[in-house]
Amino acid sequence: MAEKLSKLNFDKLVEGYKDNFKMYQVLDEKGKVVDEKTMKEFSDDELVALMEDIVWGRALDERTIILNRQGALANYATAGGQEASQFGTLKGLEEGDFLVPGYRDIGVSIKHGLPMHQAFMWYRGHVGGNKYDKDFPMMVPQVVVAGGITHAMGVAFAKKRKNEKNVVLAFTGDSATSEGDFYEGINFAGAFGVPLIVVVQNNGYGISVPVHEQTAAETLAQKGVAAGIASIQVDGMDPVATYAAARKAREYALKENKPVLIETLTYRFGPHTMSDDPKKYRTDEELNEWKKKDPIVRLRTYLVEKGLWEESREEEIKKEVTKEARQAIEKMNQEPEMKIVDLLENMYEVKPQNIKEQIEKYKAKEQG
Amino acid sequence: MANLTFAGAITDALKNALNKFDNTMIFGQDVGPNGGVFRITDGLQDEFGKSRVFDTPLAESGILGMTLGLGHEGFRALPELQFSAFSTEAISPIMGQISRYRYRYGGTRNLPITIRTPFGGGVGTPELHSDSMEGLFGGIPGLRVVVPTNPYDAKGLLLSAIESNDPVIFLEHLKLYRSVKGEVPEEYYTVPLDKAAVVREGTDVTIVTSGFMVHESMKAADKLEKEGISAEVIDLRTIAPIDMETIRKSVGKTHRAVVVQESQRVAGVGGNLMSEIGERCFMELDAPVSRVTAPDTVYPFVQIENEWIPGPEAIVEKVNETIKF
Ligand SMILES: Cc1ncc(C[n+]2csc(CCOP(=O)(O)OP(=O)(O)O)c2C)c(N)n1
Ligand SMILES: [Mg+2]
Repeated sequence: MAEKLSKLNFDKLVEGYKDNFKMYQVLDEKGKVVDEKTMKEFSDDELVALMEDIVWGRALDERTIILNRQGALANYATAGGQEASQFGTLKGLEEGDFLVPGYRDIGVSIKHGLPMHQAFMWYRGHVGGNKYDKDFPMMVPQVVVAGGITHAMGVAFAKKRKNEKNVVLAFTGDSATSEGDFYEGINFAGAFGVPLIVVVQNNGYGISVPVHEQTAAETLAQKGVAAGIASIQVDGMDPVATYAAARKAREYALKENKPVLIETLTYRFGPHTMSDDPKKYRTDEELNEWKKKDPIVRLRTYLVEKGLWEESREEEIKKEVTKEARQAIEKMNQEPEMKIVDLLENMYEVKPQNIKEQIEKYKAKEQG
Repeated sequence: MANLTFAGAITDALKNALNKFDNTMIFGQDVGPNGGVFRITDGLQDEFGKSRVFDTPLAESGILGMTLGLGHEGFRALPELQFSAFSTEAISPIMGQISRYRYRYGGTRNLPITIRTPFGGGVGTPELHSDSMEGLFGGIPGLRVVVPTNPYDAKGLLLSAIESNDPVIFLEHLKLYRSVKGEVPEEYYTVPLDKAAVVREGTDVTIVTSGFMVHESMKAADKLEKEGISAEVIDLRTIAPIDMETIRKSVGKTHRAVVVQESQRVAGVGGNLMSEIGERCFMELDAPVSRVTAPDTVYPFVQIENEWIPGPEAIVEKVNETIKF
C-alpha cells in the first residue's frame, strides 16, 4: 500500500519540488567534462559537427541582425546565446523527425532544412517563406506563444497512428509555459502517449518579464509533473548536455511512445526583437555573467584541448555564412512581389462567391 | 430511405464518412463509450474502434490544436466541441490557426477538418449551453460556417463539409436534434456548400434566415398566406460566406426582404446580410431591409427563453411593417 501523508505541512510540500529537477550538465563553463560517461557516447566527429552548428548559428544571428539594420528584413527575434538550446537539441533528432519552431527558432530551422532565402522571407513578411515542399517535416514558425505545442502534439499523434518512427520536437519559451496551451499540449501528449519532445527554452525573460515573476515554480521542468510526463532541466548553455538530452529523449519517446519535457536554462545575449531595448529590464552585469557561460567558448576550450578544433575554423564558418546569406538575399529579391489576388486565392481551395468577386476586382486593379 | 431524426441523420453521415474515408477520426469530450452528450456518436466507437472514435481530455483549445496537427498530417479530423458556447476556450485555434492555415502556407496545403458543435436555445439548458455564436465564426475569413435545418440537409451538408479540403464549422441546433424527422437516403450523398435553399417560394417578400428560425419563418409564412401575403423563405445553409446570388435573385422578384435570426441584434450574421442586400439590391427594393432578432441581452435564464427567442408572431409583424412601408 502507498504511504499516506501523515502531516499537514504545506511549506514542506513545496520545498521538495526543486530537488527533483537538478540541472543536467556534461561540459561545465570551463570546458571541463562533468559527465564522462555521457561524453564517451559522442564521437569526435559528432562533437566537431556540433561545434560547427553552434558557430554557424551564432554567425547567422549576427549576420541577420546586420541585415535588419540595413533594412533588408522587417524584424528579427535574436537568438545569440541560445545556440546550445536550439542547435544542440536539434542535433538529437534524426532524418524525418518533425520540427515545430517559434519565431525565435528560424536559424535552427534552416539547419533542419528550411532554405535560407525562405527563412529571410519569413522575417520580411512574404508568403514565399511559408511555401514548403509537401513532405518537409516542419510547421511554419508559430507566433502564438505555446499554440505550437498543441499542434506538435497533434502531429505526434499522427506519427504514432501512421506508425512512422519519427518524433516531433516543439520549441517554446519560458513565458509560454504560463499559457493554457502549454499545459493542454503536454497533458494531451501524456494522456495519448505520443512521441513529442517539448523544449522549453528558459532564457529568463518573456520580452521584459523575468521568469520568477511569471510563476512561483522554481523550475519549469516541474510543470511536466502535473501532466505525468518525463521532465528534465538541462544546462542550456552546454551544447553537449542539450545534445545528449535530446538524443536520449528521442530514444525514449519512440520506444515508450511517451512525451518528454526539456527545460534548457539559457539566455539571449541580444534584444527580444530588433525593436526591443533590454537595458530597460536587465543589467549589463547579468548579461556579462551569462556571457561567461557561452556555449561556443566552452565547447571550443574542450575541442582545442583535444586537438580537434582551431579557432581559425570559426572565421571560415563566418565567411561561409556571410556568403550564404548574400546568396539567400539575392534569391529572396528575385521572388515576385505578392499580390492581393494571390492572398485571396490562398484563402480557400474551393472559392466562395465573395472571394471570386474580390479576385475579379483586384485582378483589374493589379493588372492596371 | 430511412425516416431519421436530425440527430440520427448526423450520426448516419458520420458512419458514412468513417466508412468512406480511412483518414477520418472522431474525437472530443465523451464521444467514445458514452456516444456524446447528445448521443450523436452513439455506437460509433463499438463499430469503428477506439482508434477512429475516442475521448479526449477536457480542453477545447487542446482538442482543436490537435485537430490542426492531425490535419497537417493528412487526417480528416472530426472533432466535436461539446457545446459551441465553450468554443470561446478555443477561439485561438479557430481564429488564429485553423481558419488561416491554407493562407499561411501560401495555398500549398489544405486543412481538411470539420468541427461539429451544437448551439441554439429553447431546450432549457444551464447557462452557456444555448448561445448562438455563428456571427463570431462568420466574421472569420477562411472558415465556412454551415447550419443545417432538416435531416436530409444535415447528412448531405455534413458529408460535403467532411469531403471539403477547407475547414468547416458545422453548427447543429439543439432544438432540432429530436424535434424534426425526415426521409434520408441510407447511401452516401452530398448537399453542396455555399448554396442557400429556397425552402418556400413566394412573391411579396423574402425572408432570409437559418437554423431553427427557418422553421419559425415557415410557420410565419403559413400565417401570412392566410392574410394574403406570399412570403419566400431562404434557408442559408452555409451562413458564411453567404450565397448572395440566391438572395439577390429572390429579392429581385419580391422587392422586399426581412432577415430573421435567433441571435441578438448586435450578434449573428443579420447585420452583414442586411447591408449586403441594401448595397446590392437598393434599386430593386420597395422598402428598407429589416430584421427580426433577439434583444441585446446575454442569452436569457431558462424560465424566460421562449419569450426571448423570436417566434412566428414577431416575424409576421415585421413582414407586415415591411409590406405596408
Ligand atoms: C499568445 C501570445 N501572447 C502574446 C504574444 C506577444 N509576445 C511575443 S513573444 C512574447 C514573449 C514570449 O516569451 P517566452 O515564452 O519566454 O519566449 P522568448 O521570446 O523569450 O523566446 C510575447 C509576450 C504572443 N506572440 N502570443
Ligand atoms: Mg523567454
